[in-house]
Amino acid sequence: MTEKSNLFKCHKISEGKTSGEVLFSKDGICFYLIDPESGVVIERNHSLFGKSIANKILVFPNGTGSSVVQADGMYQLKMHNMGPKAMIVENADTTLVASSIIMEIPLVDKVDSNFNENVKNKDILEVNAIEGEIKLVQKGE
Amino acid sequence: MVKLSLTEKQMLDGKFGKGTQTAMKIQVAIAEAFDAPYMVPISRAHVALSNQEADLWFVEKLVSQGAKCKIRPTVNPSFNWEQMSQITSLSSEDVDIVRRTDNAYKKIGALMTYDCTPYLQLNVPKVNDVISYSESSATPFVNSVYGAKTNRESAQSALCAAVTGVVPYYGYLMKENRKGEILVNVLAKMDSDFDFQLLGYVLPLKIGFKIPVFNFINKEEKRNFSNASLMNLGAQMNTSGNVAIYHILGYTPEASTLEDAFQSSKVPEEVDITQEDLDSVRDKISAPIGKIDFALFGCPHLTFEQIERVTKIIAGKKLAVPLFIMSSDPTMRLCEQMGVLKTIEEAGGNIISNTCMDQPCWKFLYGKKGVTDSPKCAYYTKRRKMEFVITDLENATYSALEGEVTSDRKKQFV
Repeated sequence: MTEKSNLFKCHKISEGKTSGEVLFSKDGICFYLIDPESGVVIERNHSLFGKSIANKILVFPNGTGSSVVQADGMYQLKMHNMGPKAMIVENADTTLVASSIIMEIPLVDKVDSNFNENVKNKDILEVNAIEGEIKLVQKGE
Repeated sequence: MVKLSLTEKQMLDGKFGKGTQTAMKIQVAIAEAFDAPYMVPISRAHVALSNQEADLWFVEKLVSQGAKCKIRPTVNPSFNWEQMSQITSLSSEDVDIVRRTDNAYKKIGALMTYDCTPYLQLNVPKVNDVISYSESSATPFVNSVYGAKTNRESAQSALCAAVTGVVPYYGYLMKENRKGEILVNVLAKMDSDFDFQLLGYVLPLKIGFKIPVFNFINKEEKRNFSNASLMNLGAQMNTSGNVAIYHILGYTPEASTLEDAFQSSKVPEEVDITQEDLDSVRDKISAPIGKIDFALFGCPHLTFEQIERVTKIIAGKKLAVPLFIMSSDPTMRLCEQMGVLKTIEEAGGNIISNTCMDQPCWKFLYGKKGVTDSPKCAYYTKRRKMEFVITDLENATYSALEGEVTSDRKKQFV
């Protein structure tokens, strides 16, 4: 693998720098429908139903849910140390943006288009939401 | 980098106190996230108070830093502990959190309206007003029906805007971002407000979060929409999805013609919604019909007209299960004035003001099965282990009289 496909540019929304295992979600995320004590998604019909997002680098298309519950879901996850380490989103909305800034969870969008081909679940990423860079540190399998 | 005026810079530098500084810092970060060029003043704000942990934590933080609202916002419901304590025993921690939230919001300068439908009563914007509205069912109403301009704010970002009196200029504040993206031909007849609940819920599942332009082809009255139907439509589109604005062809202010609605002579995409689409979503989200333990209406808060319809059905009868109708305080007072409240109470029902279904005061219903007319109510109470049969308001009311939801109850009573 070339150095180039290990490094992806992105746009910073909520500052921070962290690393962790990546988890992709096909569906939008409503943080309120995640159990704050385990980080497990409790929303039926969700592609991550029964899986934990705790301490993952969560990649998802968009936020869902009301203007209240997104922030509260995120806050409770954070208080239990079960929140995502960082988030990579395709379409950022105001509620998601404001919640992650206030809860100080790193969030980026506008990631290089080759990201999805090169990165898979369980890979280890370094997300630098200060410089706007994502680095693939280690392949999962 | 967002360009700030002198006053905005001073807010950011702390010249107006730490609370205002915190609020401005968050708003600048939001501006940067959306590449907003500058800030614009707002004339109104609505904050989705919830007295959930994050809400209380944030408002108390701003209050402790001395923040005061420049634009006094109206607020969402929490729960009415005086009324609810006559119905159930409340834990002192829950009452305490309600009082603390009330206290903090009063200190920051909010108007304690405790209503999720402020756009119908105490906080009504005009066309082109730039405002900051949180509450996901309120945002689409003010944008779409009134033609006011707001982003889909979170409770916290709206509170920051109320404190600073400005919002970053981006998103739905800009005309070009408000144009329709898909023409939705609604083939269903849309006879009842409930059909709008289903339409709102099914649409994002079918088309994603594009801005819809509705064309109600088979609706009898094309220029007459009840407040409840529009309220339901917006509330449900923001339960299954995230849709801050919609247009109705020939009805809403930015959609008098197709060209107006799409800001172009071309319609980029089209989709049909049939009665089958509506029916299939109901089957998917509703609990199976059968015996129920209670009925809970008012997500969003019921209008006076809706309460009257319920009252007509239960007048002079006895309810088989408890009925709770959530509404705004002015609506409840109107019901009292009109004798409607008395009729409901004589049947064994209640109107609860200032209260949301997503609150700990409903603990006595956890693990039980109820009936509601709102998919949103059923969706958010999953976390509280409540189960709901979802049906139209009339059928739900008949079900409360009988203690059971059957599919075609209406006919038996007509």
